This record gives sequence, structure tokens and C-alpha cells, in this order.
Amino acid sequence: MRITITSVLVHDQAEAERFYTEVLGFVKRHDVDMGGGARWLTVVSPDDPDGTELLLEPDGHPAAKPWKAALVEDGIPYTQFSVDDVQAEFERLRALGVRFTQEPMNMGTFSTAVLDDTCGNLIQIIQLHPPTAETV
Amino acid sequence: MDDDEDVFKALADPTRRKILDELAERDGQTLFEICARLTMKYQLGSSRQAISQHLEVLAAAGLVTSRRDGRYKFHYIDTAPLDHLTDRWRRRDPEET
Repeated sequence: MRITITSVLVHDQAEAERFYTEVLGFVKRHDVDMGGGARWLTVVSPDDPDGTELLLEPDGHPAAKPWKAALVEDGIPYTQFSVDDVQAEFERLRALGVRFTQEPMNMGTFSTAVLDDTCGNLIQIIQLHPPTAETV
Repeated sequence: MDDDEDVFKALADPTRRKILDELAERDGQTLFEICARLTMKYQLGSSRQAISQHLEVLAAAGLVTSRRDGRYKFHYIDTAPLDHLTDRWRRRDPEET
């Protein structure tokens, strides 16, 4: 069994397409009209075009919006992406107008930050630090 | 004074003091960030519900306020209740009597 697709629930697929490609920097992989205004819309990392796809899934189900709102209120990022440099990514994205609910925080073996994807979700970015003499 | 009692009660718990430490270091944190800091820095495995309850105790004592900013909720430290906490024992200045 392999993980080929995972999803985020987005309130507007066109807006999500713009944010996930133009702002975050992912690349569109699939875009299929499913009828009823919904698309099978996936993106991948340009660093790993054959890797796991992220499905930008419409959040039309009645349970989706309260669930998302409750997570955001407590600041909980439900989805996590890896980056090489959290601080650099934070500065790049902030310059593009991205809102962060948690600025870069060094946790010793890793650093994280939490951003708003403008589609109703908080996303955590994480950078793993190579082991140092202190942490080994 | 009842107000003082709430403050002393809030400060009596080590986890709540840690929460204040972390807010003093960086003000305006989400519940998620507070939980992450307590877990990673102090290996405090408290549940989100437990931390939420600690925040309520701190809020009742006036030591923490939470502000909604659009869809987000951030927590802030307020040290005002600490200002006169020890006045009743220090009220008389020995040099003036």
C-alpha cells in the first residue's frame, strides 16, 4: 500500500489553485472536470513531480466548514509540508502577503511555522535540523 | 481579597507558570502553539483540553486575555494583576515609621 494522494478541504478551488501554485509554489498535476462545478484538482511538489499528490477538495460537505473553523480557532494545522529553511520560507511567503498564526519556532531538532492557506486551513511548514553534537 | 486569591491560585500551578513564561517570551499565541511549546520545551504531555482549562484559570485571574483576530484566537499575558499582589505586606516602609 502506498500513499499517493492526500487532501485539503478548500472553500474555492480556483482560489486554492492560485494559492497552492503561485504562492506556495506547487505544480498542477491533474485538473479534471467532475461535473457540478467540481474539479479533480491535484498539485505536486516541483522537487518531486512523481511524488504524493495533494488533492484540493471542495469543502461543500456540511460537516467540513465547522470542522475547519474549529481547527483554525485553536490554531491547529491539519496538514504539514517540509521545507529546507523555515525562516527563509516564512520571509518569502510573508512578503507575498501570507498570514502566519505561528512565526518560526525552533524546537531543537526541528523548526516549524504555521500559515493560513486562505482556503480555510492552517498549514504547518517544518524543517528538520541535522543532528548536532548537543542533540546526538 | 478575592481577586488576589484567584491570582495566587492561578500561579500555584507549575504548568500555568510555564504558560505565562512562554507568553512572556512571545505574546499572542494560539492554543496550538502554547501546547507545542509546552510539549517540546518541557516534555509536558498535557492534553489540549487540559491546557485550555489552565488558560481559563489564568483568564479568570486576569493574567491571560484572549483576542479574536478574524478567524483566529490568540492568547496574551497581562501582568496587571501582579502589580499590587504583595502591597499588603510591604505597605509600611520601615524608614517612614
